Amino acid sequence: MKAVYFAWVRERIGKTEEDISPPAQVRTAGELIAWLSAQGEEYAYAFENPSVIRVALDRAHVKHDAPLGEAREAAFFPPMTGG
Amino acid sequence: MTAQVMPTVRVQADDFDAAAEAALLTQGRTDIGAVVTFTGLCRDEGGRLAALELEHYPGMAEEEISRVAAQACARWPLQGVTAIHRFGKIAPGAQIVLVVTASSHRVAAFEAATFLMDYLKTRAPFWKKEHHKNGTSGEWVAATEADDVAAGRWGT
Repeated sequence: MKAVYFAWVRERIGKTEEDISPPAQVRTAGELIAWLSAQGEEYAYAFENPSVIRVALDRAHVKHDAPLGEAREAAFFPPMTGG
Repeated sequence: MTAQVMPTVRVQADDFDAAAEAALLTQGRTDIGAVVTFTGLCRDEGGRLAALELEHYPGMAEEEISRVAAQACARWPLQGVTAIHRFGKIAPGAQIVLVVTASSHRVAAFEAATFLMDYLKTRAPFWKKEHHKNGTSGEWVAATEADDVAAGRWGT
């Protein structure tokens, strides 16, 4: 699946997007955050406080307990500050 | 009765013309009694801000604003909705966001415009970064609890 990052999550990881292949036991958005945070120092830094991270699957907001299902794109970002 | 409203939603780098957008909602119609136009501007934060940089999630930004606009149309008897949000570097004094709501009566237009702004702030995927006048690229603006409280009062 494709992972995309925004704002300070993007800056900390140092990438805007990448292809990721989490193992089958990673089933929810929250489990994906936990898996990503173990992929290197920059990921650990970006996800050091997982509870503030927002996730969107295929461009729709989801909670951390949402199943990944067949999602092709997972986005990770801080709370939004538009408007 | 009124036809189904198709909200106009745009996410763009370019500036917008609030008066022209409001006129588009009302032209040729005689059934609209109230138009509320809200424009959000970039503040200079007491003179220290050189610009705001707005990052967005292309695709999702349009989709999420459209979802919020559809919710507003389902909740209030609206005859027109326009929401425009800019991205990129925006200077103090310049426009960032526009919401226009049209209805037969003012209460629906006021409430729907407030609802749209409250939800745009907490759900539309935009992030502001400050650029300071002293040349430093500043911090990402932190989301405020007040914005969450404002969105939460609508109880959706």
